[in-house]
Amino acid sequence: MNSWLRDPTAETEAVMRARRAPPPSLAGLTVGLFDIGKTRSDEFLNQVEKRLAERGIKSKRFGKPTNAKVATREIVDQVVDQADVVLIGLSD
Amino acid sequence: MPGVAERLEAKHSGATWLAARKIEYDPNADPVEVCFQRGWTDGLPVTPPTDERVIAMLKGTTRKPDEIIGKIPPNLADCTIEKVAINAVMAGCRPEYMPVLLAAIEAALEPVFTLHGVLATTYFSAPVIIVNGPVAKRIGMNSGINALGQGNRANASIGRALNLIVRNVGGGRPGEADRSTLGAPSKFTLCFAEDESDPAWQPLAQARGMKPGVSAVTLFQGHGPEAFVDQKSRTPEALTTSFAMALVKIGHPKLVQSARAILVLSPEHYAIYKEAGWDRAKIERALHEATIRPGSELVAGADGVGEGVPASRAGEQIPKFHEGCLMVVRAGGAAGLFSAILPGWLAGRNPVELQPVTKEVKT
Repeated sequence: MNSWLRDPTAETEAVMRARRAPPPSLAGLTVGLFDIGKTRSDEFLNQVEKRLAERGIKSKRFGKPTNAKVATREIVDQVVDQADVVLIGLSD
Repeated sequence: MPGVAERLEAKHSGATWLAARKIEYDPNADPVEVCFQRGWTDGLPVTPPTDERVIAMLKGTTRKPDEIIGKIPPNLADCTIEKVAINAVMAGCRPEYMPVLLAAIEAALEPVFTLHGVLATTYFSAPVIIVNGPVAKRIGMNSGINALGQGNRANASIGRALNLIVRNVGGGRPGEADRSTLGAPSKFTLCFAEDESDPAWQPLAQARGMKPGVSAVTLFQGHGPEAFVDQKSRTPEALTTSFAMALVKIGHPKLVQSARAILVLSPEHYAIYKEAGWDRAKIERALHEATIRPGSELVAGADGVGEGVPASRAGEQIPKFHEGCLMVVRAGGAAGLFSAILPGWLAGRNPVELQPVTKEVKT
């Protein structure tokens, strides 16, 4: 018997990227609030939006229509272009 | 062990035409353990993918080894027919299963199947494979006694191969992209054939648009099975009401219009419908209607239970399922007034964006 096997994987390697350090303050930044499409996500994010507004922090809503599918490239690009930090949460 | 032809081909050609990377290992090591160490298994031992076995597996299809069948989530990695064959070897498939497996992969990769979501969900779901048509008998699939259980190589290994491909090619592993809270045994494999022994019964694939005599797979986002027992109802009306009592419990009795479901109808339960002249359409219609309940019983807070629909729906009559989201499949052994429910993924609350998929089995 040969002493090798055939690789069942995609033969790719993960690229490890360092996380960006969180900003010291949210002052002057736009916080993206990303609705992943789960039931009642909007209720949770509405509360966060309200709290941020009370503190004078600007926020912007993003989302995908359903939790069943991944965000499209266009949606991700929108977040990257229009927000400085983003909150993505699981909710039900 | 593959035949002489495959061994000679591997020996003399060096299997140089196989594109997959060679993973060399110490000849003194146990290759089964090597597969575990490399993270290639679902927790059970796999058949080591040697050149001879992969060559033999590729003979089960007319498709070229370098053809890309699609991108496998979550990593959206290109998957060649050769990679399918390697994983099929590992899962324990025979070469003649390849056309069924390839059709299952094609079905899983249709956007409305949402394979990424099925893997990533915190719910219990995985691809459930139902096989119709002549291929099922040709490759020896089980639709009878213990059809949803162990003991049949084709049933066991085809479903397993699809899940191994998601794991190995797509990179979908529990605790990483697979976020299932509890998982389910059906995430190893849940694949069976429909009982087509009664010519009066319209098989699932035909109900979903396939022509008679065509072999097809239907993929469903689900888990299971959940047991259903009724040994006393003797009329189709009574049995339908009885089934509905179990079907409304999927997920939670007060959750509605979210999960789809498959009812696996056993021969003895089917006989009650057949004797009364009920066909698939009539059974599915009656089951749908039997699950309609007053919204007042389902609202959040009713019976002191927080789960439920918004109070604004209290005045509605609400079916458990969206229209057309309950499918019946026939399977099982001749004895036993038991049937089974395969609950679907809760993300089915939008029945358009998340659907089962049926694909013809080719070569």
